[in-house]
Amino acid sequence: MTFDHYRYCFNGIVKRELLRFFQQRTRLLSALIRPLLWLVVFAAGFRAALGVSIMEPYGTYITYQQYIVPGLCCMIVLFNGMQSSLSMVYDREMGSMKVLLMSPLPRPFLLLSKLIATAILSVFQVFIFLLLAQVVDVEITLIGYLSAIPAIFMIAFFLGALGLLLSNLIKQLENFAGVMNFVIFPLFFLSSALYPLWKMQEASLYLYWLCAYNPFTHCVELMRFALYNQINLNALLVVFSVTVVTAFFALLSFRPRRGR
Amino acid sequence: MILIKELTFNYGKKTALNNLNLSLSSGFNVLLGPNGAGKSTLFSLLTGLSQSSHGTIELNSLNIKGDKSQIMSQLGIVFQQSTLDLDLSVKQNLLYHGSLHGLSPAQTLANIESILSQLNLSDRLNDSIRSLNGGHRRRVEIARALIHQPKILLLDEATVGLDIDSRQLIIDHIRTLCQQRSICVLWATHLIDEIKSDDQLILLDLGRVVAQGNSGQLCRSHQVEDIYQLYRQLTNSRELL
Repeated sequence: MTFDHYRYCFNGIVKRELLRFFQQRTRLLSALIRPLLWLVVFAAGFRAALGVSIMEPYGTYITYQQYIVPGLCCMIVLFNGMQSSLSMVYDREMGSMKVLLMSPLPRPFLLLSKLIATAILSVFQVFIFLLLAQVVDVEITLIGYLSAIPAIFMIAFFLGALGLLLSNLIKQLENFAGVMNFVIFPLFFLSSALYPLWKMQEASLYLYWLCAYNPFTHCVELMRFALYNQINLNALLVVFSVTVVTAFFALLSFRPRRGR
Repeated sequence: MILIKELTFNYGKKTALNNLNLSLSSGFNVLLGPNGAGKSTLFSLLTGLSQSSHGTIELNSLNIKGDKSQIMSQLGIVFQQSTLDLDLSVKQNLLYHGSLHGLSPAQTLANIESILSQLNLSDRLNDSIRSLNGGHRRRVEIARALIHQPKILLLDEATVGLDIDSRQLIIDHIRTLCQQRSICVLWATHLIDEIKSDDQLILLDLGRVVAQGNSGQLCRSHQVEDIYQLYRQLTNSRELL
């Protein structure tokens, strides 16, 4: 296999994912409606109730809307990763997964290409969300957009790999929808997406520890710092580590079925 | 072209293939057997989607466990279940499959130009798969399996559910391909009228090859009038059409 074989294969997989995304026209809308509702409706109500003190990476007091934007960006990536996994379950039920796995190119490369395609879609959706967020005075600089790209990719790899792993462990489409409720909601709500961890600590120490150990918290913090052109090294290391571990197990789950 | 030695595969305690030995050369080879005989399991093993720890499979002298990449580039398959992407057009499906084999869009279309015309698909390239009937979808799958010009073509009950004309078009096309390109075709079927007297026949039952050879000669050696009787005699099954 030459470099060109890999290039054409990669292009083909990315193009397919993009085609599917743009042909399912409601997908973009539903991907944006969810975080926008949180930003416009939920945050407006909580703005008065919750005050956010000065904290990193912000240099001054910020509004609650500004605080939750990184979490909502991660929410988009989370849903996009899970949607991609849902399509894997669909592909498997429809048999098109077999077509992918019968490519002469190595499986890790095929799955990585799929993850990159999902990440590209995530960047696209997050950028549209950030543009719309300007309506509520949340403004990100151009540098912030650019520095968010690697963070989105890394978070998308982690959540995409998690989705791949789940999609392979779940045998039926109906089960997948149920399990998503046990994955998406705990990941999101037990994180720093909606409240700072110190607020959580005031409410419950147990919840605080759960949130502190939730990898999604580190995704949110990685995004939060990246949007302000800064690096949260701790979050970066955690997200990188969980990505490697999850991707490893996701790949393992795609080995051929073994008989005796 | 296909050499299988002492292949065994179990689903838990259920044996799907039992010490199976098989040797196939280029030409039209028909795999016949009742439900549960092990046909789909055999296809799954031949395509590397499943793996057995007992026995060996060689395709064109390449071992499936060690040379998977080379084997896949020489193998085309039409699965029993449709595997097309319904959201995409015929052309998009074909280009996607070509890309999975490392082919450029131009190369993909060049490789299948004549096949599309023979299968009467040239004017349906931009149609969505959803808008095609079962016969056309099957033809697209066959065209797709030939994109990378495989030396071995596996078809798992490719004509099930199709009308007579579509079935005839597909089977005639595959037979012509066999002659023109000297490829090895393994055609799994339930439909006895698809088998000709000079076809190589492999009769599978309970995970074992119970007969293999020229179908006409097999009938004569077992002193039966036709393949249906041969099938009944060797498998005790009545489920054939």
